[in-house]
Amino acid sequence: MPVIEARQLTKVFGSDPNKALQLLNDGWTKERILKESKMTVGVNQASFTIEAGQIFVIMGLSGSGKSTLIRLLNRLIEPTSGQILFKGRDIVGMNAHELRQFRRKNMGMVFQKFALFPHRTVLQNVEYGLEVQGIDKKKRRQMAGEALELVGLGGWEHRYPDELSGGMQQRVGLARGLANDPDILLMDEAFSALDPLIRKDMQDELVQLQSSMHKTIVFITHDLDEALRIGDQIALMKDGGIVQIGTPEEILMNPASPYVERFIEDVDLSKVLTAAHVMKRPETITLERGPRVALQLMREQGISSLYVTDKGKKLIGVITAEGASQAIREGLALEHIMVQSTVAVRPDTLLNELFEPMSATPVPLAVTDEANRLLGIVIRGSVFAALAGNTIPEAGDAR
Amino acid sequence: MNLPKLPIGDWIENAEGWLEEHCAPLFNLVRTIIGSVVNVLHDVLLYCPSIVMIILLTALIWRIGKWRLALFAFVGLFLIDNLGYWEHAMETLAIVLAASLFSICVGVPVGILCARNQAVQGIVTPALDFMQTMPAFVYLLPAVSFFSLGVVPGVIASIIFAVPPTIRLTNLGIRQVPAELVEAADAFGSTPNQKLLKLQMPMALPTIMAGINQTIMLSLSMVVISSMIGAQGLGADVYRAVTQTKTGQGFEAGLSIVVLAILLDRLTSSIMKTNKR
Repeated sequence: MPVIEARQLTKVFGSDPNKALQLLNDGWTKERILKESKMTVGVNQASFTIEAGQIFVIMGLSGSGKSTLIRLLNRLIEPTSGQILFKGRDIVGMNAHELRQFRRKNMGMVFQKFALFPHRTVLQNVEYGLEVQGIDKKKRRQMAGEALELVGLGGWEHRYPDELSGGMQQRVGLARGLANDPDILLMDEAFSALDPLIRKDMQDELVQLQSSMHKTIVFITHDLDEALRIGDQIALMKDGGIVQIGTPEEILMNPASPYVERFIEDVDLSKVLTAAHVMKRPETITLERGPRVALQLMREQGISSLYVTDKGKKLIGVITAEGASQAIREGLALEHIMVQSTVAVRPDTLLNELFEPMSATPVPLAVTDEANRLLGIVIRGSVFAALAGNTIPEAGDAR
Repeated sequence: MNLPKLPIGDWIENAEGWLEEHCAPLFNLVRTIIGSVVNVLHDVLLYCPSIVMIILLTALIWRIGKWRLALFAFVGLFLIDNLGYWEHAMETLAIVLAASLFSICVGVPVGILCARNQAVQGIVTPALDFMQTMPAFVYLLPAVSFFSLGVVPGVIASIIFAVPPTIRLTNLGIRQVPAELVEAADAFGSTPNQKLLKLQMPMALPTIMAGINQTIMLSLSMVVISSMIGAQGLGADVYRAVTQTKTGQGFEAGLSIVVLAILLDRLTSSIMKTNKR
């Protein structure tokens, strides 16, 4: 079951939201409604589902409605119409008390400008959400301390926020959001106010935190690189509506509209796509076979090298066509002509990190997992094809 | 065209009469409460001989903060004692403290209501303007007819005149808390009262203290006016000096008021500063 399911979520700011809703249903655009009725459509019929453990990125330019949308999820802004289901429970229908409990137990939030309480120490900031729940002091101090350890701020408990750098302040914000161990963490442009290097560190840490804690994260950003780096799913917004939802690759490879196309045209694909996207199904052979079989295989496939694996698909080495011919001439077994020192990369290696190992080896690059099992091979042609923005054959099934 | 004059004056007098007739028990209660608070303060301030009190106050100010202020307090209070105004100064101080105390008790909650509710603010703001600009003498009259002559109507008039800054600055201080912090408090599931006590009041405190400081100063400025309806203290000395054209005596009593004013002002603003964190 999805953690969050939003159906036709709409927010209109203005004097008569219901009338604007009617106009939207009649197919009026946001501009026309603004011009003729002075009402602003913040979010226009947004529907999406967020699965548990995902980083769901909502991205768009300023004014696209993304900050409004994230606030609809915990009703900091009341939706005009539409439904939000949290694990099947209707959030829009909750009364004040239920909503408060939901915010206390199930949601955490991290803000663009940190929004730390200046009159409270770091520890008091982090424990705020626990304090309003009425958790006793000892317990909440301990939980807050753990959250601070998690973000690497152990030892800073008794400082005040204005004594910390921007990056550290946002770690406090993150710890505050995580302290109540929420199901969902809402992050509203959480890293936008940080300088680029610190921002990248924080992104990496967030991805790490997410993979160890399995939180569902809704992340707002206007920065496409950020969205591509951390997003499992990306929803692209324009004028309050969602124009495309998909994985980073889907959006890059199959932009749904000219708007999305224009949006992504400057993306450096080599920093986004990974070996997993460009690798092909490998032709392999086991050591029990003879050189003639190997040569025959290579001829059939029109390739000049073969990777050697054991029965468990573990990578042992590589043989080339010349090596196989030599073995036939001199009556050697495969293991004598096999090259053992093969260059292998992990599937999550970025394309721009592939260039160097590729230039160092004449054979296709091997892609292996942690147990050294051969997952696929990368040939130059498919790297170039991917960088040129073409769909990669076999990209899906080789994974 | 000859429009008839609106009988506003008659209305007010009718209302005054009606209130006097029907709300007498309430007024008596208020008179008892205010009267006893002033008396208690008065008795406490005059409990010890003047020199002991001067030393005690100086020591207290020393503890709170600056030695300079403590030195000024010692010299200033000694001067008052030396001029022979000690008892009257303490009477004035009791009236001012009582008026300030009641102003805070009324002003802070009203300010909080204003900050929370747009409609309340819409009603209270013009009322405050009215209270501050209507000449204070004008409400001395009904105060006398409700509470009779003496110290109580003086305190009431002081409260009416002095409470607006506390209300205004409490309202302002709470509204000035950045929206994103309020949003954060909401996002973590605070009740309105938790939000008020854990976020808004602590952050508004310096502003509220500035309002309280203003309130104290304004109620001090009312002492001469209240003396016209029988409140004792330095104000009565000044008033007497004015009516008898005794410049020297008026100056002495006025100087004592100035010393009290400076002391109260510096003291509240230094409390304000130590309260910042």
